[in-house]
Amino acid sequence: MSQVLINERDIVIPGQVLAEGLDYLPGENTYRKDDKIFANVLGITSLPGRVVKVTPLSGPYTPKVGDKIIGQVGDILMSGWRIGTGTAYTAVLNVKDASSRFIKSGEDLSRILAIGDYAVVKITKVTSQNLIDLTMREPGLRRINGGRIMKINSHKVPRVIGKKASMINLIKDNTGCDITVGQNGLVWLRGSAEGEILAEKAIKLIEQKSHEEGLTDKMEKFLHENKGNIVVDKKFRREEGEESQSEESFSEEDQ
Amino acid sequence: MIINQEQIRELAAQGKRLDGRELQEYRSPIKVDLNISWTAEGSSQVQIGETVVMAGVKLSLEKPYNDTPDEGGIMINSELTPLSSSEYESGPPGIKSIELARVIDRGIREAKAIDMKKLCITPGEKAWFVTVDIITINDAGNLFDTAGIAVLAALKTAHYPVVNSETGAINYKEKTDQSLPLTKEPVSVTVYKVNGKFLVDPTIQEEKSADARLTIASDKKGTISAIQKGGDAPLSLEETDAMIQIALEKATYLRKELNKFVN
Repeated sequence: MSQVLINERDIVIPGQVLAEGLDYLPGENTYRKDDKIFANVLGITSLPGRVVKVTPLSGPYTPKVGDKIIGQVGDILMSGWRIGTGTAYTAVLNVKDASSRFIKSGEDLSRILAIGDYAVVKITKVTSQNLIDLTMREPGLRRINGGRIMKINSHKVPRVIGKKASMINLIKDNTGCDITVGQNGLVWLRGSAEGEILAEKAIKLIEQKSHEEGLTDKMEKFLHENKGNIVVDKKFRREEGEESQSEESFSEEDQ
Repeated sequence: MIINQEQIRELAAQGKRLDGRELQEYRSPIKVDLNISWTAEGSSQVQIGETVVMAGVKLSLEKPYNDTPDEGGIMINSELTPLSSSEYESGPPGIKSIELARVIDRGIREAKAIDMKKLCITPGEKAWFVTVDIITINDAGNLFDTAGIAVLAALKTAHYPVVNSETGAINYKEKTDQSLPLTKEPVSVTVYKVNGKFLVDPTIQEEKSADARLTIASDKKGTISAIQKGGDAPLSLEETDAMIQIALEKATYLRKELNKFVN
């Protein structure tokens, strides 16, 4: 006789029994021992179908193929850059993946990315030894200049982006900022001084209240109340069509 | 590139800051907890924004120094604990920690804030020595000002322990109602120069983006007791004047905030 012992969106602790019997399947951050499914992390449960999943409340970012992240250049190598990912493992961006233009041998690589620079990159490969390969050859991937960078818990990134990027678009529309959210929790904001401050506050608020329901409505209210005299200037927003496409790959399902 | 350095410098030139504060605005809340340790003769925990610093005062009876046989002494140490920032490690004190302690020490010592002669019990034989320990709990920028207030608050709340009149032994478990002979209350304010503009109470990111800094300790009357300059950029005479004006003004503000908690 199989039964599930938790409800949707319960907070569970590591080692807690989530389900008994073989009718349920262990999903992310859970494991099966004998005929019971246990939680591996402190987090919130979800039950899509017969799979029991736990979304962690905190913890480090785990690099995944296809993730768009914001990294910092740590070193220049023979033919590429070593990029810090905000995890224990650094990544390598090869020159051939850095630009669509041909980079001659002997060219000064620091003119493309200097040590200390931040860049929006995408993970193309993660080996079992956690060697990470990156690319910067897709639309929207580039070196960061101007604006500000803030750090949030990487597990809250899906909430900051929202269903079909609804949340992030709400913030963009109300603050006039261009916002890029890296899956590793680094966020790049660029807009007017006041717009950036409001956007940063909004994102911090989402991070804080990520477990609450109806967050989009609350954020809409917050943004309208605090908008003040921020002029939404489209000059910071990227051209439609050029890069807005890549935002789609971001939008994960709302928890 | 230090995170957000460009943006901080650009905004500073326009008279703005990354977190939306005015250039010469302290973070809130400014909070002072007193007597947080029952083993210390006086102690405090001060919070400015997210920066938290603890200070403790210990008193001991020692033989006075040979050149000042009728005076006690003061010694201030600081420890930048690994828990307060990922940049600090345990082990012998680094240059930042030594500078912090010395700047605070100088502010108090040179203001003659404690009447050293009153610390003396028997000239050439016995005098009270004051040891202050600064311990950082969280470094979110502006350790200088936070530590300065913490030390002052700890000194203000310090009470002598009971001394056995026959044996001369100190009973640290009991305190008398006699407090330290504080004559002045120096408060230090650190003014930072960022891209030609002056600001106070920087965050970590602002500290790292600054060109120069000037820590100015002053008492209630506005008498300056100590100045310490840091950072690579030089400061002109006019700039120094302007920074001192800001520091004196902000010292009044900090003293007012402190007095909400201690009298």
